[in-house]
Amino acid sequence: MTLKDWIAPFYVWKRAFEKPFTVPKPLKERPGSPRYRGFHQNDLDACIGCGTCASICQNYAIDMVPVEGIETHKGDSGLRPRIDYGRCCWCALCVDICPTKSLSMSNDYVWIDSDADVFRFVPGAEEKPWDSFAKGYKREEEYYLVDPQRVTMEILTPEERVKSFLEMVKGYSKEQAQKEADRCIQCGICTATCPAHMDIPGYIKAVRENRIEDGLRLMYETNPMPAMCGRVCTHQCEEDCALAHTGEAISIRWLKRYLADQVELGDYSKAMPAEIQSNGKNIAIIGAGPGGLSAAYYLRLLGYEITIYEANEKGGGMTRYGIPEYRLPYDQLDKDIEYILSLGISIQYNTRVGKDVSFKEIHKKYDAVLISIGLMVPYKMEISGEDLPGNISGLEVLDKITRGERVPFGKKVAVIGGGNVAMDSARTARTFGADVTVLYRRRIEDMPADEEEIIDAQHEKVSFITQAVPLRIEQTEDNRLNFIYGLAEMVVQGEGKRPKPVLIEGKEYSIVVDMVISAIGQGADFSFLPMDYETLFKRKNQLKIDEFCRTPDCKIFAGGDIANQTKDAISAIADGHRAARSIDHFLKNI
Amino acid sequence: MKDKDREKFPELVDGKAVIDLDSQKFLKVWQGPQHPGVTGNISLEVTLSGDEVVDLKTHVGYLHRGFEKLMERRKYLQCFTIVCRICVPEPDTNEYVFAAATEQLAGITIPEKAKWLRTLTLEMARLASFLMWIGGQAGALGMGTIAQWTVAQRDYILDLFEELTGGRVYHMYIVPGGVRGDIPDGFIEHVEKVMKGVEKVLYDVDIALLNNAIFKMRAKGLGYISKDMVDEYGIVGPNARAAGLARDIRKNSPYLIYDQLDFKVITGTKSDALERTFIRFQEMVQCVSLIRQIINKMPKNGDYHTRIPNPLHWKIPAGETYVRAEASRGEYGYYMLSDGTEYPRRVQVRGPSYTHAIAVLEKLAIGTNLADLAALMVSLHTCPPEIER
Repeated sequence: MTLKDWIAPFYVWKRAFEKPFTVPKPLKERPGSPRYRGFHQNDLDACIGCGTCASICQNYAIDMVPVEGIETHKGDSGLRPRIDYGRCCWCALCVDICPTKSLSMSNDYVWIDSDADVFRFVPGAEEKPWDSFAKGYKREEEYYLVDPQRVTMEILTPEERVKSFLEMVKGYSKEQAQKEADRCIQCGICTATCPAHMDIPGYIKAVRENRIEDGLRLMYETNPMPAMCGRVCTHQCEEDCALAHTGEAISIRWLKRYLADQVELGDYSKAMPAEIQSNGKNIAIIGAGPGGLSAAYYLRLLGYEITIYEANEKGGGMTRYGIPEYRLPYDQLDKDIEYILSLGISIQYNTRVGKDVSFKEIHKKYDAVLISIGLMVPYKMEISGEDLPGNISGLEVLDKITRGERVPFGKKVAVIGGGNVAMDSARTARTFGADVTVLYRRRIEDMPADEEEIIDAQHEKVSFITQAVPLRIEQTEDNRLNFIYGLAEMVVQGEGKRPKPVLIEGKEYSIVVDMVISAIGQGADFSFLPMDYETLFKRKNQLKIDEFCRTPDCKIFAGGDIANQTKDAISAIADGHRAARSIDHFLKNI
Repeated sequence: MKDKDREKFPELVDGKAVIDLDSQKFLKVWQGPQHPGVTGNISLEVTLSGDEVVDLKTHVGYLHRGFEKLMERRKYLQCFTIVCRICVPEPDTNEYVFAAATEQLAGITIPEKAKWLRTLTLEMARLASFLMWIGGQAGALGMGTIAQWTVAQRDYILDLFEELTGGRVYHMYIVPGGVRGDIPDGFIEHVEKVMKGVEKVLYDVDIALLNNAIFKMRAKGLGYISKDMVDEYGIVGPNARAAGLARDIRKNSPYLIYDQLDFKVITGTKSDALERTFIRFQEMVQCVSLIRQIINKMPKNGDYHTRIPNPLHWKIPAGETYVRAEASRGEYGYYMLSDGTEYPRRVQVRGPSYTHAIAVLEKLAIGTNLADLAALMVSLHTCPPEIER
């Protein structure tokens, strides 16, 4: 012990003359740091209510609640996160995982109230002082908890594609599929969007966990044609995928295809044992397209005896005769159809109702009739010269190719229209070496065709002329066709509506081609219905159909493309399922 | 012990003390769980003869939150928000050890930048923990002023944490796969400013506490740990180093980027409360030096996070591991067992206080004056939350 040891302690007095460390009130003078994890903010317009924040929250501090002024709609559950600050631990995992980046935290940390209940609140919906705070914890640009990029699908190059009808999409391997399935956050927004409401998170989980048969079973609960849908579905689900907001959507369609491809047709019955006990009631289905087949499948599972009348020599309807083989190989379509028929459904091919068998007879003989004839009659352009040789409809082109017939495309082809049929015919013509130009009366972004079909067509060097209004077709001296069109200007029609093309008078352009393929839409052919059934019609060529697929005649139901707006395969399947439920309900309650 | 001395102590039957309170020779006193003389929520059942401790039992259970069990029902990423709560003064060690164990089982390597940032937070946390401890050590011997100074500096370190991680106490920054954010603008300058402040306070503490006759007299000889006891009781960290054993995981089995930093293992010889104070004081100086080295050598660019599988269904291959790191109190380790599902099957936290605050304290307390008991407990740098998890 030295003298210093006795004197040194008095050194503390030096500090008495220094400034204090503490921050005086009010606390506002000391804002949280720019990265501070303070009170939550939520951009309600950007939020889609996917609930991933609630899934990751380890305290169960977040629940999803309806909020006034926010409606459930496509791609939005209509719910918003409500945060309970009695449970929240301020870890900000909810912010990190938010796929839309709508959720963030402000750097405010003072909130005093005598009512404990107010600390459970919906950020964004209740006005708070920190709503406008720019600082606080936000997810960094490069920080992702979920991979924003999808696993690349191997696809034939455009050069290879135009040479043959080989399937262009190769499909995922097991590793690729599991990696892709791992990205799913299982929010289920896609399920709501899917017309058939397939349990997408469920079967993606099955892929992830390699439970192939479970996945197949799950798909068949809502969609009996997964091999087909796994290839050509319009995949609206992917448009609404929560991950698509800041990255790429899950490849839902390819994962569905992966599941269907893993099981051989012979093993289907093992994966999905079906014990069907016949209930003795007979149902006739007119048309073996996706709608008819889907209804047949679900009705058969309920024990009904089904007879399908199909005018063509094979089933599948538009998916067979309207989709080229490079997108949907026929053996895959056959796989789906064969399984459905294997449940004991009888089908009469090459039987056109109204010609080979009368509708009245069917109506009398069966307990219920489902009309799912699809839309097989192409619309006309209603311009002069449409009947000249060299004019053909898109549907006819695709139909002929499917049947193995030749189509004399010539060297130069003009395709009129912007839907999937137009794209498919254009690409088919490219495969036969023709120089193809697509003419459409609106802009590329207004085309009803799938975006990827348009892009693929562009890659395959199909040229596009947009805002082109067909005027007339003339024959040239060397027997070619001179397609004359005018240009249109786009007139805005108000929010939510497609702009209307209005012809600019006076100027005409022309293109000389060997063939004009018109693909501007198609309608149904109800000529098989005798005059006595007039009451079924709302107007010419349109049946009166309610939301349960019923028509004014209680025994007659309608489904498929003739019953829905979107006119795609998955909607037809959903319609078929709905019709099946409706028929079952009707037959059980009479 | 002479027989005469033995008179004060309770009779031993089969090696256990029989305390007959009716004999009027003994007094039973409870220190804690609400008591400034105990570190955190622990309770000491003290048997006194006069003012001398003749028997001591520790009672825990006031702070049990069941974190280890909770983790068995949380997905791996969700667990990381829990682990930091095991130790309030130094949460980052928990975060690091948990993340490292998870990464080891999952076979993930983290980017270089993340290693530097992790080391930075670990050293900042050690420094903050020591600053709080020295306040407690001085306070336990009646010198509360020192605590005012050092805890103020700790608060500035918490400001740094707030800036870097977004949280002051529970940082939740070291996440499996890396860290959650890069260094913000101006952070390096702020670190340097705070380090200067810490150095100034350490200088003052050196004069006012380590050269203080009263402190020296009271701390000298208090809680002597012999070299043999170290292995027998599993004593780690500064407590072991004060006994002359150069044990430091950062040196003995370097993790992160400690092998690229220049530092020595500080050891002592006398192994009493005073020596332990000296050791920890020097470690604080060392922390400041390490933090400076890290911010100078740290790569400016690079990823701070590597992509982990989707945390909502991240399955980790079956296996087990034990990962450890040097916390301010010594070896801190996590044993983790995975059964291949989305949830850890078992996580066992090994905190240094488990031995220090129970077995070692119960042994060292015998013969101590009641007034020194608090100083003894603090000199072991115990943290009851680690015992109970």
